[in-house]
Amino acid sequence: MHSNHNRTLVNRLGFALLPFALALSTNTMAADTSTDNQVEVLNWWTSGSEAKALGALKEGLADQDIGWKNMPVAGGAGTNAMAVLRSRITSGNPPTAAQVLGYDAQDWAKRDALSSLDDVAKAGKWDEVFPQPLQEFAKYEGHWIGAPFEIHSTNWVWANKPLMDELGIEQPKTWDDFIASLKKAKDAGYTGLAYGGQPWQDTTVFENVVLATGGADFYRQALINLDPKALDSDTMTQSFDHLRELLKYKDDNSPGRDWNLATAMVINGKALYQIMGDWAKGEFLNANLEPGKDFMCFRTPGTQDAVTFNSDLMIMFDTDDGDQQKMQQTMAKIIGSPEFQIAFSQIKGSVPARMDLSADKLDACAQRGYEQVKSAAKNHTLMGSLAHGYAAPASVKNAVFDIISSFVNSDMPSDVAAEQLAMAVKSATS
Amino acid sequence: MSNASPDRDGGARERLQRWLPKLVLSPSCVLVLFFVYGFIAWTSYISFSDSGMMPDYTWVGLHQWSRLWTSWTWGIALHNIWVFGLLYIVSCIVLGLVLAILLDQRIRAEGVLRTIYLYPMALSFIVTGTAWQWFLNPGLGLEKTMHDLGWQSFSFNWLIDSNMAIYTVVIAAVWQATGFVMAMFLAGLRGIDGEMIKAAQIDGAPAWKIYARIIIPQLRPVFMSAVVVLAHLAIKSFDLIVAMTGGGPGNATAVPATFMYSYAFSRNEMGIAAASAVFMLAVIAALIIPYLYSELREPRS
Repeated sequence: MHSNHNRTLVNRLGFALLPFALALSTNTMAADTSTDNQVEVLNWWTSGSEAKALGALKEGLADQDIGWKNMPVAGGAGTNAMAVLRSRITSGNPPTAAQVLGYDAQDWAKRDALSSLDDVAKAGKWDEVFPQPLQEFAKYEGHWIGAPFEIHSTNWVWANKPLMDELGIEQPKTWDDFIASLKKAKDAGYTGLAYGGQPWQDTTVFENVVLATGGADFYRQALINLDPKALDSDTMTQSFDHLRELLKYKDDNSPGRDWNLATAMVINGKALYQIMGDWAKGEFLNANLEPGKDFMCFRTPGTQDAVTFNSDLMIMFDTDDGDQQKMQQTMAKIIGSPEFQIAFSQIKGSVPARMDLSADKLDACAQRGYEQVKSAAKNHTLMGSLAHGYAAPASVKNAVFDIISSFVNSDMPSDVAAEQLAMAVKSATS
Repeated sequence: MSNASPDRDGGARERLQRWLPKLVLSPSCVLVLFFVYGFIAWTSYISFSDSGMMPDYTWVGLHQWSRLWTSWTWGIALHNIWVFGLLYIVSCIVLGLVLAILLDQRIRAEGVLRTIYLYPMALSFIVTGTAWQWFLNPGLGLEKTMHDLGWQSFSFNWLIDSNMAIYTVVIAAVWQATGFVMAMFLAGLRGIDGEMIKAAQIDGAPAWKIYARIIIPQLRPVFMSAVVVLAHLAIKSFDLIVAMTGGGPGNATAVPATFMYSYAFSRNEMGIAAASAVFMLAVIAALIIPYLYSELREPRS
């Protein structure tokens, strides 16, 4: 608990001081470091399992005699890293490559800042093996500009199995069953839903509810196509009603809680469920729990046929240096290779971004998740997650965060929320 | 030659003495011109441009400003800064004045007490914010302590209540600044002519009347200074909010400064961020410029 607070404090300090540090550090960073045989990779993978997963790439490069210059920028869920990246590129000194999410890759491509990965993609048949919805982010005007590391999905429920057995709860198949089981837990004195009250977590739960309430077509219409009629519709109002009902089963002390502390509530048997992306699995595995026996993972009831995903992309920055170009191509090739895709997801808790692999080496949850991603990709129900920047650009995403968090933290009526949501999206896209 | 040299030397020295201050000050003048006024101009221009993730110098007129004023969070931020600023300034001044009057009663150990009250000002807002966040967190601080001591019905959860969270920030900010305001008033009280008070006492005026009619009206310049210092602190407040509530729950404690940071650095909306920054500058300027004008003019007249 204590060290956690310290970490938050340091993060926050860094967060507050960042603009000043940027102003000061641009010049010193401009010193040329790209000459010798190494790649410089900007990323925010600093936690244990993330850093370990990145190690898989480091080893792959070392086999090809390419050195690794890590450039981690922690904190702010990538916000700080993106600020550093902007200053590096503005000062004309981009890193070799950077880890980015969704729309950021497109933004850089629009500015002609990226190297094309078409040759690697063609040789590796990327057009065939990576699912179409992901290609929309990894390609710009028909050219490959990003190498996808993995696919994370956000419509998972993580459950405490012993608690389910104690309360006599079967894995719920429908939304009503889901609510009924939460009620059982609450009546027995447990917290139903472990909930972290931060804007991105509020919206992660919200997108689950929208998908469960309106189905895949409605999700796409409202949150990806941003259709004003769908945003301010009866179905959206009903989604907010469902969210309000769900919120009855969280505890009062949730505002500001980090996602991993909410996961810990499920692990410790204080709470029954958590709705969270598959990175939560790492917390269970770290606690030496076994899927199926100690904890359960299942798609949020009502969303079984669809998957909302996010994915990390590696983008390479345009350079005149021939050696750097070669190393960029090698790095892209490694990231796209079957062996790396499996090895990386094993550590990170995700599933491979390629759709042509065997899931044998993954754990039980990931095996099931991988099959679901595959079938969703086939049925056109693999859709970008709004909360993680794969449905709409950052400006729209954050405008939605504003409304959802206001709704969660007040007693705003559902129809007002739907109306405000449509207005906020309209203002952010104007 | 021997006649001319002292003259020339004296002339050179005189010229050097005349130019030296200007010479020494000029680098900092240039730096301030560029880094303060230059960037104010740049930010103002950005607020009329199409800037998103990166600066983009396409002129779009008042587009970003109209988006700013229709923004949901900006409304919350303005409301919050109004509530926060008003309560912060009024509470600090009232409490500071009361403490100063009490300390001014020729009590023993005044020096020690004064230091104790003044100490919070030595802390940074990040430290204050974090400490108060722990203290007011229902699962960790005051409420839990009371429950552990057996007072089960005790409840104080303002920090996580979106309607009340802004008041917890006020509490922390007042705790920090009251001592400083007290010191200002104390200095003011010490500067009042004791003869007048003695005369009033001889006339048999009660103490409260002496304070209300003679002492407090004479503290007018201190009130002015206190309001200006506190008002600009309130408008600039950023670190306290970030450390205490992170702008939450939801956006319940967003203020213009956190709004600006979030739009510039996480929302790729540099234009709106610049517009909000220019607006904040305008408000602060509207407070400070008349004050500086009156302060700097008075001694000469």
